[in-house]
Amino acid sequence: MSNLSQLAWLVPIFPLIGFLINGLGRNYLSKTLVGIIGSGALLLSFITSVLIFNKVSAGELLIGEAGVYFDFIKFGSFNIPFAFQIDQLTSIFLLVITGVGFLIHVYSTSYMHEETKAHFARYFAYLNLFVFSMLLLVMGANYVIMFIGWEGVGLCSYLLIGYWFKNNDYTNAAKKAFVMNRIGDLGFLIAIFYLIQHFGTTTYIDIFSQAKTEGSSSLITIITLCLFVGAMGKSAQLPLYTWLPDAMAGPTPVSALIHAATMVTAGIYMIARSNVLYALAPSTMSLVAIVGLLTAVFAASIALKQNDIKKVLAYSTVSQLGYMFLGLGVGAFTGAVFHVMTHAFFKALLFLGAGSVIHAMHHQQDMRHYGGLKKYMPVTNITMLIGCLAIAGIPPFSGFFSKDEILIAAYAANPIYYVIGLFGALMTAFYMFRMYTMTFLGGFRGDHHHLPHESPKPMTFALVVLAILAAVAGFIGLPELFTHNPEGHKLANYLAPVFKDGEALLAKHAHPDHTTEWILLAVSVGLIVAVILWAVKTYKVYKLENDAEPQGFSKILANKWYVDEIYDAVIIKPILAIGDFFGKVIETKGIDKAVNGVGKAINFGSRKFRYLQSGNVGNYILIMIVAIIILVRILFYLPMS
Amino acid sequence: MGATQIIFWILSIVAVFSAIMVITRKNPVYSVLYLIITFFAISGHYVLMNAQFLAIVNIIVYAGAILVLFLFVLMLMNLNKESEPKKNKFMLWASAFAGGLLLYVLLAAVHTAHIENVKGIHVGNIGLVSELGKALFTTYVVPFEITSILFLSAMVGAVVIGKKD
Amino acid sequence: MPINYYIFLAIILFCIGVTGVLTRRNAIIIFMCIELMLNSVNLLLVAFSKMHHARALAAGAANTTAGIEAQLFVFFIMVVAAAEVAVGLAIIVMMYRNTHSVDINFLNRLKN
Repeated sequence: MSNLSQLAWLVPIFPLIGFLINGLGRNYLSKTLVGIIGSGALLLSFITSVLIFNKVSAGELLIGEAGVYFDFIKFGSFNIPFAFQIDQLTSIFLLVITGVGFLIHVYSTSYMHEETKAHFARYFAYLNLFVFSMLLLVMGANYVIMFIGWEGVGLCSYLLIGYWFKNNDYTNAAKKAFVMNRIGDLGFLIAIFYLIQHFGTTTYIDIFSQAKTEGSSSLITIITLCLFVGAMGKSAQLPLYTWLPDAMAGPTPVSALIHAATMVTAGIYMIARSNVLYALAPSTMSLVAIVGLLTAVFAASIALKQNDIKKVLAYSTVSQLGYMFLGLGVGAFTGAVFHVMTHAFFKALLFLGAGSVIHAMHHQQDMRHYGGLKKYMPVTNITMLIGCLAIAGIPPFSGFFSKDEILIAAYAANPIYYVIGLFGALMTAFYMFRMYTMTFLGGFRGDHHHLPHESPKPMTFALVVLAILAAVAGFIGLPELFTHNPEGHKLANYLAPVFKDGEALLAKHAHPDHTTEWILLAVSVGLIVAVILWAVKTYKVYKLENDAEPQGFSKILANKWYVDEIYDAVIIKPILAIGDFFGKVIETKGIDKAVNGVGKAINFGSRKFRYLQSGNVGNYILIMIVAIIILVRILFYLPMS
Repeated sequence: MGATQIIFWILSIVAVFSAIMVITRKNPVYSVLYLIITFFAISGHYVLMNAQFLAIVNIIVYAGAILVLFLFVLMLMNLNKESEPKKNKFMLWASAFAGGLLLYVLLAAVHTAHIENVKGIHVGNIGLVSELGKALFTTYVVPFEITSILFLSAMVGAVVIGKKD
Repeated sequence: MPINYYIFLAIILFCIGVTGVLTRRNAIIIFMCIELMLNSVNLLLVAFSKMHHARALAAGAANTTAGIEAQLFVFFIMVVAAAEVAVGLAIIVMMYRNTHSVDINFLNRLKN
């Protein structure tokens, strides 16, 4: 085992230990201790991840045999090892997950402080397990290990969304998340079966090298489609996105964790990891791009009319994930990963900021009752502003670079993608600043007896760190346009070994020339600035009393395109009806009849057979003799005749 | 047909005949007496096979002790009349038929089986008292002693069961 | 005599015993039929014992005791039968005391 493999297993083991200690000792450990253990585990993981990152940058990788720890499933010649693969892509994800995860843990120690001791520890145990699963997901060297992590994050999201399990709505939201994820998981599982059947292995490098030599085939298209279904469920794409907004039922830091560092990026990671397969299936790629684009615009339009601050952010996550899939779909794998990273920073920032606001407003989540919080919460205000600017795509904040990279790639693939994508970006800018304005600007519309106050130190600490990251993270991916470095930007160079195979297989789109790129940038920035100003102007004078019931199209938006209702009518109602039918007709008339009939028949038969049981010894002996005759006949006599 | 064969046939016929008489006599006392004849015939077979010890034991234990015990019980209960109630006719025929069928099937099974026809099974002297005694008190001494415990428990059991109340 | 004859004789006696058990209702006679069946098996055991002994002698073993086990089995069967008869007759006597009959059709308590 190389040095790296000795280091690699430490990363997931720390959260696992934290989970075990906090989970088992939840009734004995003090809150302070729980917080220290929970956050400390993540800090250690983060430090290990940094060490790993250093090693990977120096060119040391953990691929193939070196990463095998033990045989996980083995029968016949088929073997699934428990193995880790550490390459550039993994190391980036490790940094993001553990880094952002650590900040969220620190933030949580303060945010969740009102909980009782046992529940506080339970919360941190789940959180640690969540991070552990996610680490497993990105570190696994084959699809099965990834699947374990994949299921793990599904389970933990269920546990955490339903954290306040005494509230029925919350547990329903948890169930919804679980079921939606399960639909996707089925796709993933089928893909794994196909992979096993066709390639006889689940290890990435073996599959990719085989696939490269075999070239594209319909089977690979099926596999990639199935994988994409899995990604749709986990990364909340159309049509399986509805669980994500409902996942707001969990505590706010959990939302931050789900949306920023873990879980939803799993789908992106999976497709980025399988880039070779996707490059061999161009039709799936276009599907990914279109689904991503539609999701981006669709979710953004819903976010325009939401009044719950967390709902706005939730839909913005769905929308941003759509952009990432768009990036993957047009072959800009680096751009997608870049956006995952920057998104992790600014979305975690926004969620934690929202959590800070909610904390200050005594768990009021309706933005209509906010307003003018700038005065009371200066740190939150500034950091949130940075987050909003970043997500809206104002240079030089991080979101600008990553989103721009995806949009330019989309333009190269198809200008229509760019136009629709830009439209979505404008909506993003609008709803983000609608949210910002309604929350922080204008006059305070809440209860004047309970004035909000700035959140405690651990929370602001996390906010400030994330704000700095959100502001500057974009510079690692400065486009060629600014640096005039013909080799592309730093992140692309770093990730190049992972994506070179996939990109080599893709048809090259002509990269737009510099003039076009400048024009596109200028247009997008100009439009975004205009939209922001409009949003601020509109909502600065927002009055609760003036707010009419939304009419017409905006009503549709406010009701989220009625998707939940459509699902209810198209899927749930028929299923319930079928269930009803089965319950009332088949169950009572069919199965019950059959079951009761069997019982009755046996009853009847036994009443008849009871005469056989005369209790008369003579009869019993007679029957015994007859049985012996039959036995002798069968055993000794029959084979001869 | 040598003397051995003649004796075999006579003994066999006697045994089968008296066995049939055992199960057909209404009066149980006759049954017991016919059973004694059957046992004597079987003892004769033992002698014919040069198994004198078993022949003697058979007569002493079975004919002497066991069947006398039967007779004693019959006398005790005063069952020497034709006291048996009529049995269900159908059951009677069914039982007889089942017995006959068993006989048929067993004979057929043996008949179809390949049996090495060993001649001269009357030779040898392992059935003599000296040979059997040697085996019984050397190799089989432990089971032999254990049978005494069996007898003891059977005796105790019989007394316990037979006690009034 | 060939071994077949003994086998057939034993089977006939055994089946007579079975038939007696099936047709008769007097417990004592049934008991006697069981003794008859035991005896037929004893006869068969002795016959087989002699057969094995004869084969061992024919194979050239001079002072062999092959087949003696079967005769010892017969001996033990007689021993066990004696014990069994003692207990069985005790049971029948008890039954007679309770029901004033030895008809096994009265022994239908299993029914309920």
